[in-house]
Amino acid sequence: MERIPILRMGNLLLVTIQVDMHDQLARVLQDDLTSQIEKTGAKGVLIDISALDLVDSFIGRMIANVSAMSRILDAQTVVVGMRPAVAITLVELGLDLAGVDTALDVERGMKRLRSRLAAASHDAPDTN
Amino acid sequence: MPPTQTDTVSIRTEQDVVVARQHARRLALEAGFGIVDQTKIVTAASELARNVVVYGQGGLMRSEIVADGRRHGLRLAFVDEGPGIPDLKLALTDGWTSGKGLGLGLSGAKRLMHDFEIETAPGQGTRVTITRWK
Repeated sequence: MERIPILRMGNLLLVTIQVDMHDQLARVLQDDLTSQIEKTGAKGVLIDISALDLVDSFIGRMIANVSAMSRILDAQTVVVGMRPAVAITLVELGLDLAGVDTALDVERGMKRLRSRLAAASHDAPDTN
Repeated sequence: MPPTQTDTVSIRTEQDVVVARQHARRLALEAGFGIVDQTKIVTAASELARNVVVYGQGGLMRSEIVADGRRHGLRLAFVDEGPGIPDLKLALTDGWTSGKGLGLGLSGAKRLMHDFEIETAPGQGTRVTITRWK
């Protein structure tokens, strides 16, 4: 079955979506990502959508779901590289991706993830 | 004024949804639309093509370049012979869905385009026609 590769880098998972996704591919990615978080104990997920020339309600929902599911599995998600035309269209379509953390590019996204992970580990209680 | 060209793409599977939106992208590009307009057109096409597969049991997308004398545009029609939409007003409401979707397909596609027409009746299938003018 066709799949989008998920790369592991330390405690982060990296996904670069480079194909025009049909719905099944988006569903499989959602399942793969959550099972990889569980298997690897990853604390952060970076999804690069800079190659996507559209995000419709289905793909948008997949992105929002992954972000919410990761959070429940104790991992943070940052979505990077959304093209301006895609952002404009998405909002007009009626999806604002509330609750999804975004950054302009991979570099800023990594920085964001690292600082959020550092903050999270400082906040953690010493005991337990 | 008569349309200058028309063609048809069959929409039966989720893969065909991708084919339909890529076709819409090519037409939008050829018609001279800028990147934001192209993106709006393909996103609306994607929503409506998905509806054809999920709710309409398959159908087709017909496209044409249209002109009204002063301007030209791209018109896409999504046609299925599925069960039709019993309550159109409800189906056009943001957030309402009869299935597992977000309920943004029809209402979102309507917002993304200039013209939006829908013809449907129970048992008679559905035809949604959208146009974006340049």
